[in-house]
Amino acid sequence: MKILFAVLLVSAPAFAQVDFSGSWAPLYHEDLPDRIPGPELGDYLGLPINDAARLRADSYDADRISVVPEYECRPHSSDYSMRGLANMRVDVIRDPVTQRAIAFHTRMNFQEMERTIWLDSRPHPSEYAPHTLQGFSTGSWEDNMLDIYTTHLKESYLKRNGVPRSDKATFTEHWVRHGNYLTVATVVTDPVFLTEPLVRTQTWVLDPAQVIARDICETVAEVPKAADYVPNHLPGTNPFLHEVADWYGLPYEATRGGAETLYPEYRKKMGKPEHPRDHCERYCSCGAEGQICLSPTAAPPGKRP
Amino acid sequence: MTRTILYASLLAICAAGANSQQQQNFDSVQIHVEPVQHNIYMLVGAGGNTTVQVGSEGVLMVDTQFAPLAPKLMAEIRKLSPGPIRYIINTHMHPDHVGGNAAIAKLAGSDPALPLKIIANENVLNRLTATERGQAPFPEAGLPIDEYGTPTKNLHFNGEAIIIYHEPNAHTDGDSVVLFRGSDVISAGDIFTPDGYPFIDIERGGSVQGEILALNHILQMTVPAKTQEGGTYVIPGHGRICDDADVVEFRDMVVIIRDRVRDMIQKGMTLDQVKAARPTRDYDTEYVTSNSFVTADRFVEAVYKSLSK
Ligand SMILES: [Zn+2]
Repeated sequence: MKILFAVLLVSAPAFAQVDFSGSWAPLYHEDLPDRIPGPELGDYLGLPINDAARLRADSYDADRISVVPEYECRPHSSDYSMRGLANMRVDVIRDPVTQRAIAFHTRMNFQEMERTIWLDSRPHPSEYAPHTLQGFSTGSWEDNMLDIYTTHLKESYLKRNGVPRSDKATFTEHWVRHGNYLTVATVVTDPVFLTEPLVRTQTWVLDPAQVIARDICETVAEVPKAADYVPNHLPGTNPFLHEVADWYGLPYEATRGGAETLYPEYRKKMGKPEHPRDHCERYCSCGAEGQICLSPTAAPPGKRP
Repeated sequence: MTRTILYASLLAICAAGANSQQQQNFDSVQIHVEPVQHNIYMLVGAGGNTTVQVGSEGVLMVDTQFAPLAPKLMAEIRKLSPGPIRYIINTHMHPDHVGGNAAIAKLAGSDPALPLKIIANENVLNRLTATERGQAPFPEAGLPIDEYGTPTKNLHFNGEAIIIYHEPNAHTDGDSVVLFRGSDVISAGDIFTPDGYPFIDIERGGSVQGEILALNHILQMTVPAKTQEGGTYVIPGHGRICDDADVVEFRDMVVIIRDRVRDMIQKGMTLDQVKAARPTRDYDTEYVTSNSFVTADRFVEAVYKSLSK
């Protein structure tokens, strides 16, 4: 009888097949300049965006974050939070009686982002329910891979240089654990701003010593402004859009993004840079041997008309 | 209810006047009840959203959709409360928000000890009683004869303060925003329509400047909770339940388009030239569908005319 009971315990229903709970430290690898100092203004390379998203991003003025108080304490949305400063703690929530895992709960540093991924087959809210920055997420198992579907997202960004992602977007994730490593593939679909799904992957390593501290934010109106002022660049007037091409020696057209810039064949037709670089000048050793990337060495390119 | 019906209704009204509601088929419309916060519910059918507050003193409604939907609305309200319908507040005069007033009043019955009061800004009453040629007069039992002409009007009902703010010359010249101070919910009317460009009804006193002021006033009243969301919830004229962050996105859109059109006017461009330059082209995929009443051109025209006055 005792043996039978033990067998039943380990072969309980497949509510959670892999335990993702624990403290996870992000591994940025080659994405470090894009994820930690953050994406360059005007860098849309490899994003399958449409013209609407491109102009919206061109109009974006980063002053909005400091001048409009409502943006000061806004966290990343759950699709982008995986790519920011992504230290993450995952807790498992269990039904107190059955001890089945009914959800994973995540907490990340920046603005204390918290998110619940329901594993108990509950339905998503109605189309009239509020949207949130973390959205509403449900997970299901595909062998040992957790597939997550997220809806009810607030409008946010695909990158924090102003490339928009609409509140009609949804995304799926695939969480895979290999020992002490966690890989998350994120696939964003957005009928408003994307012509193809945007696929990105991120990796973490288990770090039991990691502490996710508080990150308390309070909005303060620090800059006097008229109530009807929202910083933005009028079409055709953003002076920063050529910086990324000039700094990195890229053809300007390539930095404008679009689905074709995702594929290797694009290299054949992308043309030549206006300002070729024979060596790296900006964020060159970012992330190598534990270095951070606080001070770019390259001088800004010359003024443009 | 589908968005198609919603926009089709609005289009029909604005194109052909209030009588067109009789020609529409509301049989297939179902009323969806979405709980908002505390004792506040959002009822979605066809036309504008209806806000319902229930409690020990009875029922307060904000906006009444179309007359043929009144029995269905009442059936859903009766699931929330058996109490008397004591107040209807109209956010503005468009038929998809006031059309059910008289029918609801009739269904509510009349008890002199528990009268139903219909409240709106005085410009709503003025416009509803000034029947345009060829239009049937607005049913008398549905007129907001408890009108107000002051910047605010206060009520205390079902244990909370309810403050009605007049927002001058925004969507129309008779807009009211209703703040449920205890429940921490705002009913915004058509000043805020997150699924589409705002309908700035220039002919009935609307203006883009008033629209921005009204949105900023809503933002002054919304206090988000942690991570800049939740807290105060905002029921829009049409669309899903929103909060401070959603109103910010919408306000930013209106301000940015205003900035662009203003810049073009300062460069001496005509309305047709401004339309041809498509100053809304990065917002159209978000705010315009094939069924939209407020097309990009219509929105641009309203902004242009507001700024040219
Ligand atoms: Zn209206």
